[in-house]
Amino acid sequence: MRLRISGARVVDPANDVNTVTDVFIAEGHVQAVGKAPDGFEADRTLDASGLVLIPGIVDLRARLGEPGAEHKGTIASESRAAAGGGITTLCCPPDTDPIVDTPAVAELIHQRAASSGLARVEVLGALTRELDGQNLAEMGALKEAGCLGVSNALQAVSNTEVMRRAMEYAATFGLTVFVHAEDPWLARGRLVHDGAVGTRLGLAGIPEIAETIAVARELLLVEETGTRVHFCHLSTGPAVDMVRDAQSHGLPVSADVAIHQLYLTEADVGSFDGFCHVRPPLRGIDDRARLRAGVRAGVLAGICSDHQPHELDAKLNPFSETEPGISALDSLLALVLGLVDSDEFTLSQAISALTSGPAAILGIARGTLSVGAVADACLFDPNEQWLLDDANMRSRGHNTPFKNGTLKGRVVCTLLAGRIVFESPSC
Amino acid sequence: MASTDNSLQVDAHGRLKHFLTIDGLDRALLVNILDTAESFAGVGERAVKKVPLLRGKTIVNLFFEPSTRTRTTFELAAKRLSADVLNINAGTSSTTKGESLLDTLRTLEAMHCDMFVVRHSQSGAAHFIARHAAPHISVINGGDGRHAHPTQAMLDMFTIRRHKGEFSSLKVAIVGDVSHSRVARSQIHALVTLGAAEVRIVAPRTLVPPGIESLGASVYHDLRAGLADADVVILLRLQNERMQGALLPSSHEYFQYYGVTEEKLAAAATDAIVMHPGPLNRGVEIDSDVADGSRSVILSQVSNGIAIRMAVMSMAIGSHAAADREDG
Repeated sequence: MRLRISGARVVDPANDVNTVTDVFIAEGHVQAVGKAPDGFEADRTLDASGLVLIPGIVDLRARLGEPGAEHKGTIASESRAAAGGGITTLCCPPDTDPIVDTPAVAELIHQRAASSGLARVEVLGALTRELDGQNLAEMGALKEAGCLGVSNALQAVSNTEVMRRAMEYAATFGLTVFVHAEDPWLARGRLVHDGAVGTRLGLAGIPEIAETIAVARELLLVEETGTRVHFCHLSTGPAVDMVRDAQSHGLPVSADVAIHQLYLTEADVGSFDGFCHVRPPLRGIDDRARLRAGVRAGVLAGICSDHQPHELDAKLNPFSETEPGISALDSLLALVLGLVDSDEFTLSQAISALTSGPAAILGIARGTLSVGAVADACLFDPNEQWLLDDANMRSRGHNTPFKNGTLKGRVVCTLLAGRIVFESPSC
Repeated sequence: MASTDNSLQVDAHGRLKHFLTIDGLDRALLVNILDTAESFAGVGERAVKKVPLLRGKTIVNLFFEPSTRTRTTFELAAKRLSADVLNINAGTSSTTKGESLLDTLRTLEAMHCDMFVVRHSQSGAAHFIARHAAPHISVINGGDGRHAHPTQAMLDMFTIRRHKGEFSSLKVAIVGDVSHSRVARSQIHALVTLGAAEVRIVAPRTLVPPGIESLGASVYHDLRAGLADADVVILLRLQNERMQGALLPSSHEYFQYYGVTEEKLAAAATDAIVMHPGPLNRGVEIDSDVADGSRSVILSQVSNGIAIRMAVMSMAIGSHAAADREDG
């Protein structure tokens, strides 16, 4: 289909574009921006005046449920939610069941994603076999199977020698190591931020040093091995400073933040709100301010959904027995736009952290609307207000502390390689 | 910082619907509980130890954690109010059988109970049950994880008031493992709300939770300094498992530095009272001379526990009855 999107504000941070113009798409790619290519005849023209066109969102981390927890979500159900949220690339961590430590599991995920056809699903392979933190996974084979990086997901590699060798081996294949920075000894059996709210509620706390000690160790290993490391969903201000310093010394490290960490703090756990049970835990107001500053400064190059859909029962328990995580694909874009509205970020900073930033971390040529780029894109109405209620959530998981809140900014149309995979009735 | 959500346990008229935590309750309500308990205190000394307030009501003691003292005083309190009592020692077995807490709750609701007294090892369990129980059911927290043990704290306040009168002039020292103690948290909230002049906690750094000052307590690491001029000395039970892991080296050393002896107690006010929620670890947190000495009020705490629990149970069920009348 030959598509003309006319009159949208095009925001393409990779090309420093933020202007009202027309975009021409054919054969799955962006053919031109501004002036129509010679002889271009659109099969369809979208009048997009008043709307914003951005590259399709690249979500650095989303759990989809499948394989292993299909009662929480499937690749099809969550891809559908992604499309509705303007997300065209999802990257899932390897802690599925079975674990992504063999090419077969990665291939299965890719096949299911292809057959749903609503979003691209990228996979991180396991860093250690069965994520046991002791034996290296077959990273070469995982890379050949299409894994974009390796990770031990939420499992710690507490043996420093194993981590050093795993980094060296990953670097052999040019794989980035995605790290959940958490010292297992300081975090074990604990749930919330180690602070006044945890003390008041009698919930054992994970101190900030659980994160910073782990970041410090991995940074020293990066210095030693030269491996490219990405820190997933940082939660503390000091960790942001450490990554910034490492970057300024030229170390190949990057980091992202989960959208909920930019909104919520330990106080939101309130009186045992299980929807605010996340890992790493919600931190203090100062941490939140420093995470936001980290996004502005580009130290945190990505904002991810950290999507974790759950069935109802997973949260119907006393706080400590609830499963952690928030269903976030539906609300990611609107929540990020909310921070633009409140002047935390410029629109370009925000869109960069959703598109070109994460694409660069994953090493993929997406997250841009350059001429010749694959036409993954999202068209949204920045002013439409909508209610994040059960009826408006497309993810199978409805577990979110933002539920029944009014959000501003709503996806009108999502394109995957030039094909419309989501279209609102108003489109 | 936001305190715990109060609308769950207090209705629009300021009456107690559930009793989950002291945190967020106002002074008038706490005084009301103490005054009501005072009116029940004589019941146990009468020949017929019963009042008919809760006749026809069914109270379930739902204990997911072992307890002797708390469970029996709740049971006695319920019986003295003429309620029918069902004791369920769920232990941890219901979860190992795979039944969720919510399923257990629904099963009991189907038996037309009026009140659950809940003890559970997880912080927030009583809140969870109160949030999900049918509207006609009152929930009393009999201790949840490290979070709260409000009836214990109120019986302690009752004991203090009976011995000391007003709170405003009192210096209170809470000695021991505050970090793992639901009793200490509830005591701090109660003492601060009732206007105690000073609430101190005394413990080694490993047993002081972060941000405890935000609850209104001051922190001491030296026992003598913490006891200086104290009018009330509250000791906390030190669980044996704290000796494993890296919190304390030994019970011997703990006693050396934090065990309360007659000699160390000399730093406190001459008419200081000594309290302990029980059960005692003699020679660990308390010396026998102190436990059995003239300043100990430990046994009167136990008898006061019945009056406090009668007060809270009758107030909570009473508020539901009043709400029903208003609705009708």
